[in-house]
Amino acid sequence: MSWEAPVLEINPLLDDPKTRIIVCCGSGGVGKTTTAAALGVRAAERGRRAVVLTIDPARRLAQSMGLTHLDNTPRKVAGIDESAGGELHAMMLDMKRTFDEIVEQHADPARAQAILDNPFYQSLSAGFAGTQEYMAMEKLGQLRARDEWDLIIVDTPPSRSALDFLDAPKRLGSFLDGKFIKMLLAPAKAGRRAGMAFLNVGMSMMTGALSKVVGAHLLQDVQTFVAAMDTMFGGFRMRADATYRLLQASGTAFLVVATPERDALREASYFVQRLAAEDMPLAGLVLNRVHGSGAAELTTERALAAAEALEELEFAEAANGTDAANRLEGDESEEESDGELSTPLPSRLMESPGNLPHRGIVHRASEKPILEPPAESLAAGLLRLHAERMQVVARERRTRDRFAAVHPDVPVAEVAALPSDVHDLDGLRMVGERLAEGQPTAA
Amino acid sequence: MSAQERADREPTTAGPAARLHIVTGKGGTGKTTVAASLALALAGEGRRTLLVEVEGRQGIAQLFEVEPLPYEERKIAVAPGGGEVYALAIDPELALLDYLDMFYKLGRAGRALKKIGAIDFATTVAPGLRDVLLTGKVCEAVRRKDNAGWRAYDAVVMDAPPTGRIARFLNVNDEVAGLARFGPIYNQAQAVMRVLKSSETAVHLVTLLEEMPVQETVDGVAELRAAGLPVGAVLINMLRSVVLDDMAVASAGDGNRRAAIAKALSQAGLGGARRGGYAERLVDPLLEQAREHAERVVLERQERAEIAALALPTYELELLGDGVDLGGLYRLAESLRKQGFAREDTR
Repeated sequence: MSWEAPVLEINPLLDDPKTRIIVCCGSGGVGKTTTAAALGVRAAERGRRAVVLTIDPARRLAQSMGLTHLDNTPRKVAGIDESAGGELHAMMLDMKRTFDEIVEQHADPARAQAILDNPFYQSLSAGFAGTQEYMAMEKLGQLRARDEWDLIIVDTPPSRSALDFLDAPKRLGSFLDGKFIKMLLAPAKAGRRAGMAFLNVGMSMMTGALSKVVGAHLLQDVQTFVAAMDTMFGGFRMRADATYRLLQASGTAFLVVATPERDALREASYFVQRLAAEDMPLAGLVLNRVHGSGAAELTTERALAAAEALEELEFAEAANGTDAANRLEGDESEEESDGELSTPLPSRLMESPGNLPHRGIVHRASEKPILEPPAESLAAGLLRLHAERMQVVARERRTRDRFAAVHPDVPVAEVAALPSDVHDLDGLRMVGERLAEGQPTAA
Repeated sequence: MSAQERADREPTTAGPAARLHIVTGKGGTGKTTVAASLALALAGEGRRTLLVEVEGRQGIAQLFEVEPLPYEERKIAVAPGGGEVYALAIDPELALLDYLDMFYKLGRAGRALKKIGAIDFATTVAPGLRDVLLTGKVCEAVRRKDNAGWRAYDAVVMDAPPTGRIARFLNVNDEVAGLARFGPIYNQAQAVMRVLKSSETAVHLVTLLEEMPVQETVDGVAELRAAGLPVGAVLINMLRSVVLDDMAVASAGDGNRRAAIAKALSQAGLGGARRGGYAERLVDPLLEQAREHAERVVLERQERAEIAALALPTYELELLGDGVDLGGLYRLAESLRKQGFAREDTR
C-alpha cells in the first residue's frame, strides 16, 4: 500500500510572476544548496531574473556558479542560457560583513567604529548561533528591497535543526530587545529616576554575580556594546519583523527539502507543522535522492532466488569440467544461500584498488585474471544488484509513506538520485529537470 | 585483574590511550549512530562508558529507543560481556546553573538570573561561554573518580557538532580569549584545553565515501591539526558492498553479451530470452542499474584514496539496509571491535 501524495509542480511555481521568494529549508546534508542552485538555473533559463542567496555552499558547487570568494554582493552567473530573457545572479552570504554593514549604515562613523572594535561585538557577529540565520534574513530583506530581481531563491544555513532558521532571528531580536539588556542599561538610566533605586539594588547584586562568573571586564564590554547599540535596537526589531512578514506574504514559497531517510523526514515533518503554525506559505516537499528501478516488478526475493539458481548452475557446470577455461573455479562460485546479500565488505577487496581492473567479478575474485566473466556470473551479479536496489526502494517508500500519511496535503516533488555529486551547470540543469518531473524516472 | 584496573593501567609504550572520544562529521553522515556504536564497542569486558550529546537533539534517546534524556547521567544500554553505556544530554543552561552552584553557591540568585534572561543570554549569545560549559562538563566526566580513586568512566564518547564547526567548538581557549582574558571563565577554558589537547583525547571524523563529506573530512583534519587538537580516526559509514566492478559492467554492456545475459536470466526462470521476452526486457534496466553502481564504485575508489592520503587509522561501518535500530547499533559496535577499535584503546 502506498499513499499517493499530490505532486509538487515546480515549473508553474517558477514561472508564476507572483512567486517572488523561494526559501529552501531542511536539515543538514539533504541537498538544500544544490536544490536552491538548480531552481535558480531553471528559473533563469525559463525567463526569470533570478538571484540565488547561498549560505555555505560546497566549494565546487560554488565554483560552478562562478562564486570563488565571499564578497556579499550578487554576481552574474556565466553560462546560463538567456534566450528566454532571464538571467541568474548568485551570492554567498558573509554574515560578519552583513552585520558590519548594518552597523555602519545605522550609526555615525565614530559610534560605528566603537561598536566594530568592541570584543563582545566581534564575538557576537562571528559566532552567535543565530547570527547566520538572522543575517540571512537581513540579506533577504535587502535583496527584496533593491527590487532588481523578480525571483529570489534562498538557501538556509546548515543549522543543527531546520527550525533554527525560524527561531534564531527572533532569539537575537528578543535578546537585543530583552529585559536583560534593558537591565544592563538600567544603571545609567535609572540613576536619573529616584523611584528606580530598588531595581538598582537588584541590578548590582545580579551584575555582581555575573561578573564573578564571566569577569567584570566582559560585563563591561557588554555594557559598552549595548550602550553603543542602543539606538539601533529598534531598527533590528523592526527589520526582523518586516522580514518575518515578507516570509508570510503570498509571493513567498517555502520548499522543505529532505531525503527519504527517517531523520531527515522527521525534521521535515516538524518544519511543515511549524510553518503552518506561523502562517508561512508552504509550497511543498522536495525529496532528494530517491531511488527507483526500471525493473520494479522483479521483487527482491525473486531476484535473489534467480541469482542463486544461476550460481548453482555455474557450480554444477564447473564441477562437470565443461568449458572450465572461461569460468570461475567451482568452489568460488558457491554462494551461501541464506538469502542475505553475502558479499564481503569492500574493505578486503579494495585494499589495493590497483589490482582490480582485470577482475571481472569482484567478490570471490580468482587469483587468475578473468577477462570475460561468464554470462551467468554477470547475470547473477546484475540480479544481486537489483535485489539491493529493491531493498532501498522499499525502505524509502516506507519512510515516505509515513510522512505522506501524516501530511496528506503536502505536495511532493521527488528527485531521482544521481550517482555522483553535482558540481557544474549541466548537473544543476539535470537536477532541475528531475525536480520538474516530480517523480523519479525509471533508473 | 578487574576491568577497572585494566583500564587504569598505563601502557608501557606510546602515550596513554584515548579516553575522550569526540565524534564529528558532516551533517547526514550518521555522527550520532557512530558515536553510539563507539560507546557500545568501548563498553566491552565490563567497562563503563558515557555517551554525551551537546546539541539538544535527543538523538541518543531516539537511537536507543528510550524516553528523552534528562540532564543527568543514566544507564541506557548493557554491552555484551556486561559493560554498561551511560548517556547524558547536556543542556547548556542547566550546565551554567550547575557551574554557578558548584563554584559560587548561588542557589536562589542563580534562579533569579535565569528568570530575567541572563542565563539565556550567557549561554546562547556568548558562544564561547556556551562551548566552555559543554566541553567543561565532558572533561569533568573524563576526569571524575569515585571515593576509592577509580575512574567513573573508562571512556567518554561525545556526539559533537559537525565538522564545519568542530575546531572552533573545541578550541574554546581562542573563542573566549576575546571575551575573557582572565577570571574564572578564562581559567575554566584553560583547564578544558589541557584535557582536549592531551593524548587522552581523540577527535574522530565520520564520513561517507562521497565527495562532499570526504572533502569536509580533509578540511576538518587540516583545521584540527592547525589548532593542535589530536586527530583520531576516520570512520567510513554506510559503506555499501561492491557487487560488480566497473570492468564487469563494461563487459556486460558489450552488445554481443546482452543476448548471453538474457539467456542466463531466462535459465534462472525469469521468462523468455528472445526479443520481447521478459528476460530480454530485464537486461536494459538491470544494466542501467549496474552502470550507476559502477560509477559509484569508481567514485568511491577516488574518495578512498583521498582518505588514505590523510594517513589516519580508518574503520569501516557497513550500510544497514533497513535503517539503524537497536540491533543494528550492536552489529556496528561488534564490527568496530572486530576491526580493533576497542583493542587499540585498551592497549
